[in-house]
Amino acid sequence: MFRYILAALPFIGVLVCIPFANKVEPYVFGLPFVLFWIVMWVVLTSILMGIIYKLDPANKEGESK
Amino acid sequence: MNIALVIIFLFLLLSLYLGIQARKGKDMNLEQWTVGGRGFGSVFVFLLMAGEIYTTFTFLGGSGWAYSKGGPTYYILAYGCLAYIMSYFMLPVIWRYAKEKKLVSQSDFFVSKYKSPYLGVLVSLVGVVALVPYLITQLKGLGSIVSEASYGSISPTAAIWISTLAITVYVMISGIHGSAWTAAVKDIMILGVVLFLGIYLPIHYYGGLQPMFEAIDAAKPGFLTLPEKGQSISWFVSTVLLTALGFYMWPHSFGSAYSAKNEAVFRKNAIVMPLYQLVLLFVFFVGFAAILQVPGLEGANGDLSLLRLSTQTFDPWFVGVIGAAGLLTALVPGSMILMAAATLLANNIYKVFAPNATDQQISRLAKYLVPVVALIALYFTFQGGAAIVALLLMGYSLVTQLFPSLLFSLFKRNFVTKQGAAAGIIVGVATVAYITVSNSTIGTMFPFLPQVLKDLNVGIVAMVVNVIAMILVSLVTRSSAVESDQAKAA
Repeated sequence: MFRYILAALPFIGVLVCIPFANKVEPYVFGLPFVLFWIVMWVVLTSILMGIIYKLDPANKEGESK
Repeated sequence: MNIALVIIFLFLLLSLYLGIQARKGKDMNLEQWTVGGRGFGSVFVFLLMAGEIYTTFTFLGGSGWAYSKGGPTYYILAYGCLAYIMSYFMLPVIWRYAKEKKLVSQSDFFVSKYKSPYLGVLVSLVGVVALVPYLITQLKGLGSIVSEASYGSISPTAAIWISTLAITVYVMISGIHGSAWTAAVKDIMILGVVLFLGIYLPIHYYGGLQPMFEAIDAAKPGFLTLPEKGQSISWFVSTVLLTALGFYMWPHSFGSAYSAKNEAVFRKNAIVMPLYQLVLLFVFFVGFAAILQVPGLEGANGDLSLLRLSTQTFDPWFVGVIGAAGLLTALVPGSMILMAAATLLANNIYKVFAPNATDQQISRLAKYLVPVVALIALYFTFQGGAAIVALLLMGYSLVTQLFPSLLFSLFKRNFVTKQGAAAGIIVGVATVAYITVSNSTIGTMFPFLPQVLKDLNVGIVAMVVNVIAMILVSLVTRSSAVESDQAKAA
């Protein structure tokens, strides 16, 4: 269950929170804020998927092969 | 012939060579030709899937939209990322089933799940129809690359003919093995070229990223965010959702999922793929950098912004390298699309009506259909004038209509019947077709709605209608099926 909650976070971040992030300032790493916001979620997705991969029992059996 | 063109053609020859090499010593039956014998590991599946995803659409379309639309372009970065999350959970299930049943194509999956060959025909038709605009984007892209890199000495029309010929020969020679090898070369090139352009151009012309964005914001206030109306926040949310659902519904991406060696491949890819998406960011930078440097490219010509800015900035030999990278981004997906369409027509449509055809005949037919499909796409390429991204969005609206019945088929107890699945797909596709042909938006169909709803991607309407039809027809056919069962029992 915890895995699904983690997997849902980027959907919330990108789809639900976008109205609050839709602005140019402040610039972060030289990017307009809304672009930074999306980039941040892309990176977080990767990290979250890494955590989910570690937690997923389906991958334990696969490693021994 | 200038040096830029020479370099581009050398790369074309190299990819043909790789295609022929990859095929040597392998007996090519239909399964070999299309799913590579299901023997590809993480790296190759990654390259194949990345190969399809990072296409001319990304290279020219992504920069083109950044150039002409600004903020709405960010959707391209968002949807892939959400699609990978879903792929983690969905693809292993699909792969396992496909392996067990020895499936080759996407429509085999529907045939097997819903036990209806005619549903397979329907799914294949949707697939082929959706693939055509996708193929057109690749041909248009290739055409622009060759003609821009020739500095006008080759007309776009001639360039598109040459490109189509190249893709067709490539596919007929190599099948999927060629795609995988060329994908490897292409990914390295595109990474290098895009990173370089995306970093160099903003610094060269503006002194950095933030100064570039500040200059654009000053010249065009509001351009860098999602607008209030039109491609607004509700457009963004609905489009990201739709395209994320449609991501793996393309017959060719579904098909390349079959080529994995085991299911862990997908789970690992889901970790790396989102990061790989960031390449797009640099593509956007190129488009943004072009706004104030090569102004005046209207409408679909925005797709030329990357090439125009490159020819203005660099020596011809480097334009050649950029063009070669662009060539590969069209060649790999273009070949996958062509192959997918040809296989669908031969194996999933023709074979249903000619059940006695041998595998060899089907294999041969698939090969001969490659140039036919290419010619059809070529015809439409010369007809329409839409921008690359707009074309692709239309294809997405079509394939996404397959998502509901696919999703339900993955559950152990699926209440959707084959009639329900067919009804949903037909109604959904018909809605997309009507919307596209009549050029309507939710705003024109329902003018009384508030702006938030008016801006929703029209694909959502088709999807909702699709799901309603699917459920209603399933309920009706299901109860009649139960009744006839009871009648038999009595």
